Amino acid sequence: MYSDKVIDHFTNPRNVGEIENADGVGEKVSSSCGDRMKVFLKVENDIIEDVKFQTYGCGAAIASSSMMSELVIGKTLQQALDLTNDQVADALGGLPAPKLHCSNLAADALHEAIKNYQETNA
Amino acid sequence: MKRIYMDNNATTAVRPEVMEAMLPFYKEHFGNPSSVHWAGRETGAALEAAREKVAKLINCAPAEVVFTSCGSEGDNLAIKGVADAYRDRGNHIITTAVEHPAVLNSCKYLEKHGFEVTYLPVDGHGMLDVSSLEAAITDKTILISVMWANNETGTLFPIEKIGAVARKHKICFHTDAVQAIGRVPVDVDAAQVDLLAISGHKIGAPKGVGALYVRKGVRLTPLVHGGHQERNRRAGTHNLPGIVGLGVACELADADLRNTAQRLSAMRDRLEQGLLAAIPESQVNGHPTMRLPNTLNISFNYIEGEAVLLFLDMQGIAASSGSACMSDLEGQSHVIDAMGVDPMMANSAIRFGLGYDNTEADVDQVLEILPNIVKKLRDMSPFYHERDAAKATANS
Ligand code: FES
Repeated sequence: MYSDKVIDHFTNPRNVGEIENADGVGEKVSSSCGDRMKVFLKVENDIIEDVKFQTYGCGAAIASSSMMSELVIGKTLQQALDLTNDQVADALGGLPAPKLHCSNLAADALHEAIKNYQETNA
Repeated sequence: MKRIYMDNNATTAVRPEVMEAMLPFYKEHFGNPSSVHWAGRETGAALEAAREKVAKLINCAPAEVVFTSCGSEGDNLAIKGVADAYRDRGNHIITTAVEHPAVLNSCKYLEKHGFEVTYLPVDGHGMLDVSSLEAAITDKTILISVMWANNETGTLFPIEKIGAVARKHKICFHTDAVQAIGRVPVDVDAAQVDLLAISGHKIGAPKGVGALYVRKGVRLTPLVHGGHQERNRRAGTHNLPGIVGLGVACELADADLRNTAQRLSAMRDRLEQGLLAAIPESQVNGHPTMRLPNTLNISFNYIEGEAVLLFLDMQGIAASSGSACMSDLEGQSHVIDAMGVDPMMANSAIRFGLGYDNTEADVDQVLEILPNIVKKLRDMSPFYHERDAAKATANS
C-alpha cells in the first residue's frame, strides 16, 4: 500500500530529534486522527540551516516529516513557506487516498515553525 | 527472514486434514446434493455428515444447523431473520457497543426500518453487566444479540447468564461465536442460546463457508430466497467442498480443544508478560482472566499502532491493530473506545491472535523485536519527550 520511498523514509527517518535553543518551533495536530508533529528550525540569513522533527503518528506521517525535512534544509524561508502538502506527498511517490491527510501535518507544522521564527525575530 | 503469522483472529490457514478432505469434492464428487441421481446422493451424504460434525461441536441436533457463506451472513440471517419473523411481538433489540460490524450494522439497518436498538456499554475490561442487560428488557424486546468472545480483545461474555435471562423473559438469544468456536467450549444447550453464528476460516476451514445454529422452533425469515435448501432457511446451491471442510475443522477442534487452548494460552501469557516486563508504560486491553486463550491486545503509550504494525511487518511478523475489517478506516477501534481506554493508549493497540501453527520460537522472536520497535518510535514521539513535564503538571 505504501511506495518504496515512504517505506524508506519511515524505516530510516532523516532529521529526527530536537534542536536545543531552536530559532523557531511549530507544531500541528491532525483534526481527523489526533496525530501530532513538532518541527524545530535553525535559521541563518534567511536560510534554513537545519530542521529536526518529532512525530506521533502513522507510517505516512513519519515518512512525510522526514521528506519535508529533506526538502527544506538549505532553502530560503520563502521557499519553505511555498512548500505545499501535495509536494511532500508527491516527493514520497504518492500516498494512498486515506493517508493524504498525514502529509498535511508536515508542511503545516513547518509553516507554524517559520511563523514562530518570524514573530520572535520581528 | 522467518515469517510469523499472529493474526489468527482475522483468519487462519486451512488445516492440512481439512484440505485433504475437501479435494475430492471439487472433481470426483461434484454432484449437487439437491439432485436425486447417484452423483447427488453421494454428496448429499457428505453434506449431512458435515452437518453432524458441526452439531456435535456445539451440542445441538444436526437439523438445527444451517450452512451459510460466512459468519457475517449468519449474524445477518439471525438478526434480520428474527426481527422480521417476530415483528408481531415487538420491535426492540438489545445488543452491545462492542459487537462485530456484522451485528452492529445489521442493527443499524433495522433501526432505519422501525426497530429500536439498545447498545449496552461495557466496562474497562470490555465486560458486560448482566443486570443492566436485564434492566434494558421491555415488553417489546424480541431479540438479544451478544457476542461470545470479542474479536479485538478476546474478552469472554457471561453467555450462560445472558442465556438464562433471555430464557426467563422468553426472548430469542443470538450470539456471534465466530471467535469462540474451536478456542473455548461452546455448548448451545448449556448456554441456552437460540441462534449462534460460526465462521469456517477462523478455525482452519476455508473462507466462504459458515453455519448458523437455529434452535428448533425459532422462527426465521430467510435472507436468500430461492430453492428449498437448508429447510427453506437459506437458498442457494451448497458450497459442498467448503462445508465438508467446515465439518472436518469442527471435528478437529472438538478433538483437541483443551490441548490447543492450554498450549496457546501458555504461549500467549509468556508473550504478554514478556512484553509488559520489557516495555514500561504498556497495558493489556481486555479482561485479565475471562479472555480467549489465544488473544492478546496490548498498548504502548506515546506511539501509534499502525507504525508498530509496519515495523513488525518489515520483520516478517503479521499482527493487527483492532479488527481487520476496520483497518482501512480512520480512527480508533469502537471496541477499545467503548472500554473507555485513554485515547493515546487506544491509538497504539496491537492485537496478536495465536493459532495452531505458532511455536515458542515465534514468541521469542516477537519478544526480541518488539521492544526495539517501541523504543525507536518513542524516540520519535513528541509526547514521549514531554511526558515528564506532562506528569509534573498532572501531579501539581
Ligand atoms: S493517520 Fe494520523 S497522521 Fe496518518
